[in-house]
Amino acid sequence: MEQFAAVKRKDGQPVRYLIVDDSVFARKNLARMIESFGGQVAGEAGDGCTAITEYDRTNPDIVLMDITMPQMEGIEAAERIVRSHPNARIVMVSSVGYQDNIVAALQRGARHFVQKPVKPEVLYEVIKYVMGEDASVASAAGAGA
Amino acid sequence: MRMELIQPFINAADAVLADSLQCSTSIGNLSMEEEAYRRHGVAALIALSGDIEGRIVFDVDPQTAMRVASRMAGEELPSSEQLMRETVCELANQVIGNAVTSLNDQGFHFRVHPPEVHTSEQGDKSSEDTEALVMCIETCSGKVFMNVALRYNRRRMQERAAVAGE
Repeated sequence: MEQFAAVKRKDGQPVRYLIVDDSVFARKNLARMIESFGGQVAGEAGDGCTAITEYDRTNPDIVLMDITMPQMEGIEAAERIVRSHPNARIVMVSSVGYQDNIVAALQRGARHFVQKPVKPEVLYEVIKYVMGEDASVASAAGAGA
Repeated sequence: MRMELIQPFINAADAVLADSLQCSTSIGNLSMEEEAYRRHGVAALIALSGDIEGRIVFDVDPQTAMRVASRMAGEELPSSEQLMRETVCELANQVIGNAVTSLNDQGFHFRVHPPEVHTSEQGDKSSEDTEALVMCIETCSGKVFMNVALRYNRRRMQERAAVAGE
């Protein structure tokens, strides 16, 4: 996989991610992309309910959240997380990218939306945008380190 | 089945497979299935409910499933049934999600249910208002079969039209 210049937190530590998707395959693919951005997987969840408890447990910098999941869907989980943690950075990652869905997710506190299949270069730009001034991009030599 | 319902699925399958597998794809045979559905290999079923309802089955043989998994992961993966099921479900999810996005932008409203592994050897037979269309998509990793059986939910659409006309 292509390596990207590492996106690090202001304190120089890797950006920590919570990956929420009911597909193990999708979670693994996202984890590989995150590692190529120099990030670290803080936790994983396969449904919205587990995402909420995992958020409390891991306190990640970014949540990558699928929408269509069993038990509790991603938009509801995002809303609940943001209600308890107003600064939570949640990026919705879904194949269902119609406007109503995107608007609903953004209205309930998500910061961005990425449509599947996820292109690493698109996700990378979204991560940099969502982290904003709380992150810096290291030199290319440090990527994935 | 109306072509306006099918075309988004053909377009989405073509685009998602080409993008995920990084190779060109071609749509092979398209046929209406009159007999009960027969599974080819590892299959995932996704149900839709809303203005249009029905189901789509995504189906590949085990070797193709493993080649697709390795291709999508960017590395050779050891063969496992769990991985095959995961791969087919995720592929189905992406294709159907993209198709539904296109249909939704045309004004149809849906709910997409999470994919389920389809284990029956045979599915339901087509009926008068729910014909199934089977298509074969040829990819660099092998053939991918998609079986689409959808119908308009007339009651739901009449309700929505009535609300819009108020």
